[in-house]
Amino acid sequence: MVGKLKGQYGSGIREASSYLGQNYLVVEPAIIFELLQILRDGEQFDYCVDITAVHYPEREKQFDLLWILYSFSKNERIRVKIMIADGETVPSATPIWATANWLEREVFDMFGIRFDGHPDLKRILLPDGWKGHPLRKDYGIIQQDQEWVKANLGIESGQ
Amino acid sequence: MTEHTITDPKTPDAKTSKATKYVSHLELGEPDKTFLDSNELIINMGPQHPATHGVLRVILKLDGEQVLGTECVIGYLHRGVEKIAENRTYTMFNPYVDRMDYVAAVSNGLGYCEAVEKLLNIEAPPRAKYIRVILTELNRLASHQLWLGTHALDIGAMTPLFYTFRDREEILKIFEKYCGARLTTHAFRIGGCQYETYEGFERDVIKFLDFVPPKIDEYEELLTTNRIWLERTKNVGVISKADAIALGVTGPVLRASGVKWDLRKAQPYAAYSDFDFEIPIGQNGDTYDRYSVRMEEMRQSLRIIRQAVEKIPEGPIMAKVPKVMKPPVGEIYHSIEAPKGELGYFIVSDGSTQPYRVRVRPPSFVNLQALDIMVRGALVADVIAVIGTLDIVLGEVDR
Repeated sequence: MVGKLKGQYGSGIREASSYLGQNYLVVEPAIIFELLQILRDGEQFDYCVDITAVHYPEREKQFDLLWILYSFSKNERIRVKIMIADGETVPSATPIWATANWLEREVFDMFGIRFDGHPDLKRILLPDGWKGHPLRKDYGIIQQDQEWVKANLGIESGQ
Repeated sequence: MTEHTITDPKTPDAKTSKATKYVSHLELGEPDKTFLDSNELIINMGPQHPATHGVLRVILKLDGEQVLGTECVIGYLHRGVEKIAENRTYTMFNPYVDRMDYVAAVSNGLGYCEAVEKLLNIEAPPRAKYIRVILTELNRLASHQLWLGTHALDIGAMTPLFYTFRDREEILKIFEKYCGARLTTHAFRIGGCQYETYEGFERDVIKFLDFVPPKIDEYEELLTTNRIWLERTKNVGVISKADAIALGVTGPVLRASGVKWDLRKAQPYAAYSDFDFEIPIGQNGDTYDRYSVRMEEMRQSLRIIRQAVEKIPEGPIMAKVPKVMKPPVGEIYHSIEAPKGELGYFIVSDGSTQPYRVRVRPPSFVNLQALDIMVRGALVADVIAVIGTLDIVLGEVDR
């Protein structure tokens, strides 16, 4: 499978490897939508398990964005990873998997990564007016939106 | 009676009664005029509503009794579990995972411990794995019993609640005797189990295995052929196989739509490959099928527990685990079949004592997304039935 994809995309596939028996691909952001589409249609990865991100503030491309996919027919998992800079947008996977809707909203809520073409990209777990994205490494654990607490709960946040 | 019907000869006459006669807009052929004639109505259900199983708010768009669309508003129980994880060591974070799906805390712990064990490249000893299977399956049973009781209560059958809670108590007693806690058990440790089974553990479990099957028959007797139950569940909240897969729905909800997929069989973890059990599936993907699947799963869990108790090996219960855990740099995704579906942990290690990132893939969160597609075109009362049948726990949805 990897050979076929490499033939098709060349250097678009930057790394294809496995760690602790789990396969992953690192690819260029430019081909991600097309690749996910091919993985679903051509390689039968019909179940999108999860979409998530990891923040590395010291890197130039700050975010790892991951799709964890599973194929019912092959009983196989794969992780597809791209690296993007802060402010860079990514095409939404909602046309491929309906489940991407909430998962992408959560990534947006927690990391501030925007998805192009998402039907309703807004916060999901935090209140609408919240400031900042908590799972970024520069968001301290005791830091919270003091203005929001004051306005909505009428108390000092005490942090 | 007659006093009231006597008409005053002065007041009523043919003229006035004609003038006050109600004439509908349809008869007059006039367009809708008042707000009462408008068809669409937005109403709010929850977050404080007993049938939403916690603090779930659903905004419903209605046409009379018919649901045109829904939107879930979640996050009321958000505690930032994933952020907390980044600021705790691997061991310290272990009890936190119990607080996500608090009715199936043992499953949460199992998934987390196994994920970290994989990352550390260690394996729990066989005896620990068997203890894990026994407790996890007992917990699955307890979770399904709680689901059945509350789901039936929502639909209007009050009796099953008392029956299921009575029997669930027996499981919680075993947990309490084993580790001192009933709900948030923190039963497992990274590398195995903290506690050896107590004196008489096997006896208690076998006693329970003999006690509970007639009780499950009893629940079924109350519901399976009950006409009201059938009317409220058959063809309600139908989700097709294709939709279920596209929406990433897992667990009994997926199996009721006809996908024979269970992680315990597909990618066995703990000691599940040692046991014989069936994966029950449904065909129609309706609320009734999900009910049947879960009822059968309870029986299959009993089968697994019996085999595990009979075959439980002797030996250590804890692997050699370093005092200070520093997993090598790398990433791992490990998932288990929790009572609600696929519960996954994605852990990134940077080589330090604290995880760099812990992502929890909660089954309830993803399953809840299917609510909208399942209730469109249905009645308001069916929304209650569908929320119940999805078996969500808001602690896990919001994390």
